[in-house]
Amino acid sequence: MKGRLLSAFAGMAAMMSSATGWAQDKLPDPAADWDHLWFEILVDLFVIGGIFAVAAAIMLIKYKAKSPDAVGNGPRLTKVQALAWAFIPATIFMADDFFLAAKGWTLWNTYRTVPENAMEIKVTGSMWNWEFEYPDGTTSTYYPDEATEADKGDGLVVPVGRAVVLRMTSTDVIHSFGMANYRVKEDLMPGRITYIWFNPKEVKNSFVTCTEFCGTNHSRMYAPVKAIAPAKFKEWLKKQADA
Amino acid sequence: MSASTTPAWKEWVFTTDHKRIGVMYLVGSMAAFVVAGLMALLIRVEQSSLGPTIFEDPTVVGDNYNTWLYFHGAAMILAFLIPGLTGFFANYFLPLMIGAADVAFPRINAFSVWLFFVAIILALMGFVIPDTPDIMWTGYPPYSVTTSANTAFYVFTVHLLGFSSILGAVNFLITVIYMRAPGMGWNQLNVFVWTTVAAFVIQLIFIPVLASAVTMLLFDKYLGTHFFDAAAGGDVLLYQNLFWFYSHPAVYVIFLPAMGVLIEVVAGMAKNMVFNYKACVYGGIFGITLLSGEVWVHHLYIAGMPDWIRVGQMVSTLLISVPVGLMVMSLWGTLYRSSITYNTAMLYAAACFFLVLIGGLTGIPLAMVSMTVHLSETSFVHAHFHYIMALFSTFAIFAGVYYWFPKMTGKMANEKIGKLGFLINFAGVNITFWPLFIIGLDGMPRRYWDYEMYPQFEPYHQVALYGAILIAIGMAITILNWIGSAIGGEKASDNPWGAQSLEWTDTVSPPGAGNFKHEIKIAADWTPYNYGK
Repeated sequence: MKGRLLSAFAGMAAMMSSATGWAQDKLPDPAADWDHLWFEILVDLFVIGGIFAVAAAIMLIKYKAKSPDAVGNGPRLTKVQALAWAFIPATIFMADDFFLAAKGWTLWNTYRTVPENAMEIKVTGSMWNWEFEYPDGTTSTYYPDEATEADKGDGLVVPVGRAVVLRMTSTDVIHSFGMANYRVKEDLMPGRITYIWFNPKEVKNSFVTCTEFCGTNHSRMYAPVKAIAPAKFKEWLKKQADA
Repeated sequence: MSASTTPAWKEWVFTTDHKRIGVMYLVGSMAAFVVAGLMALLIRVEQSSLGPTIFEDPTVVGDNYNTWLYFHGAAMILAFLIPGLTGFFANYFLPLMIGAADVAFPRINAFSVWLFFVAIILALMGFVIPDTPDIMWTGYPPYSVTTSANTAFYVFTVHLLGFSSILGAVNFLITVIYMRAPGMGWNQLNVFVWTTVAAFVIQLIFIPVLASAVTMLLFDKYLGTHFFDAAAGGDVLLYQNLFWFYSHPAVYVIFLPAMGVLIEVVAGMAKNMVFNYKACVYGGIFGITLLSGEVWVHHLYIAGMPDWIRVGQMVSTLLISVPVGLMVMSLWGTLYRSSITYNTAMLYAAACFFLVLIGGLTGIPLAMVSMTVHLSETSFVHAHFHYIMALFSTFAIFAGVYYWFPKMTGKMANEKIGKLGFLINFAGVNITFWPLFIIGLDGMPRRYWDYEMYPQFEPYHQVALYGAILIAIGMAITILNWIGSAIGGEKASDNPWGAQSLEWTDTVSPPGAGNFKHEIKIAADWTPYNYGK
């Protein structure tokens, strides 16, 4: 682990500016980027929504009929005014769209670019549980309905500080691998392999839930996702392999 | 046919009068609404507490819950919203608004409504057959193919409704093109007429795609073909592409006429001309129609589609805000220097201003592929599209029913009961769906009856249940008010609101056979919004 990181550092140093590998402290954090962009969008939405909501509220109150026979007296637009009232708002909306699209695309590139040296774990979804296969062939699963913790299994266990890429497929119907904590999700289906990656940057227990409808026990198809210290992970993997 | 010799039921069932056909659509779609609404209530009850709530055995809960979800979604969209807007409103009011005596092909119109009723009966039969469908309204394979539950009833229901809609589309497009009153130009059409034209153009183009998708599903399941079977060289994602290629435009088949109804109600009750009509029609309605077929991949953002098309359709989906924005500008502008009378219809319409903002703006992050990797398939999506489809569109429908109630029945709807129903409904919908936005953002998955991994969400689901109970009460008050007022309401004059559209100015309430007693001639400076100067 450490050796790989060192060699990554060395590689980067050797190639100077053209970084081909990610250093640990440079590892992108899509989940944090997601939260950041979400905040920006929220501001955007509150500004637009606020303007329109206030305008509607003012007009709905102000233009209440003074007498039952009163009629409205809306402005008759000239051709130029009509075009202006179409093109100016359209341009503003479009500008906001392209602004958001650019932001969204940038984050999307982070989501789709798997860092080098990411640990690859194969995920197989079946009705209704998840199976994880580590690079050395060790597997881990989770059965929520078993009685004891030992019978349930450990779910997805990953070491902190290293990117994890999941190569995913399904044996039966469509499932979806949703990790709300890591702000990432993608479907699994028979006949295709899909991928996502995430950055477990700190020790944390969270969950993966199935997020594509898959039948009777869809709402019980989940597994813990445990990000643990690299040393502990090594121990766990060995114990798991022996079992 | 004289009324004295023909029994009343025959006059209705075999009618070719567009107004009676419209009322039959209203009755059928409201029936679907009530049954699908009860399903929603069951869903909310089941979710309101952790673990099994209604039944004890988790498997029984799971199977029943999935049936409720399936029926709720399929019936609300296919049997309530689309037929309510393009069946009821279009049938009853489009010919009146353009000054026509009926639609171009009255018998085909009658056939359309029969197909609709057969489809509803077929869908309801899904409850009494042994293997009740549990495939969600989307019917994704492989699940829909491998499940032991019935898929055929779903497919045949879609076929019948699709056939009914295609016949309706041809009928109404020809009616608008050829049967407008002499002198009525394209810029003198009601906005609702334009939205209906757009909705039917969309139906005509896209329904065949849906029909072929579900037919392939039927073949895969019952005839042993392998269109969607990866093990035999098929492709799982093909179905989703075909399905959403229709089903996203179908959102506009609902949104556009709902917006049309809303603009009619606002113009009529605020007694004002529609602001920037041409931008609304040629920018807004035409723009949405043109873009509707280029955005379906946003339903497949996390489905494993190629990256290039996910990014491409993020841009096209965001751009939908331009034509929608133009319609919104017209809606808002129609209030400017208006003179608003607040009856029940206008209260529902006023609420729509805020519902469309919440529903529309929460759609913006969902248009962005990189945001959906977290938000997709959560309660956030669920709440977002309910704000547009369930709250905005349904409130627009209710505004329309109250607005045209005197015209259809010749009676005034009870205002006090109407307003009470509105207040309860408005409180109920917001109490139900705001908590879902919040827990959705925290990761609450859709279509879950149990959420063992997220016990902290239980209070939110409880609040949502209280909201749902309020909605049930509000809806019951509203529907009973319609029935009661139609029977015993005060007599209405021909134009109680002083509106300027043809159905108000030139027909009696309710209009008789042939609609107009005199020939309609449209002056060059006439518009359906001739208020003020």
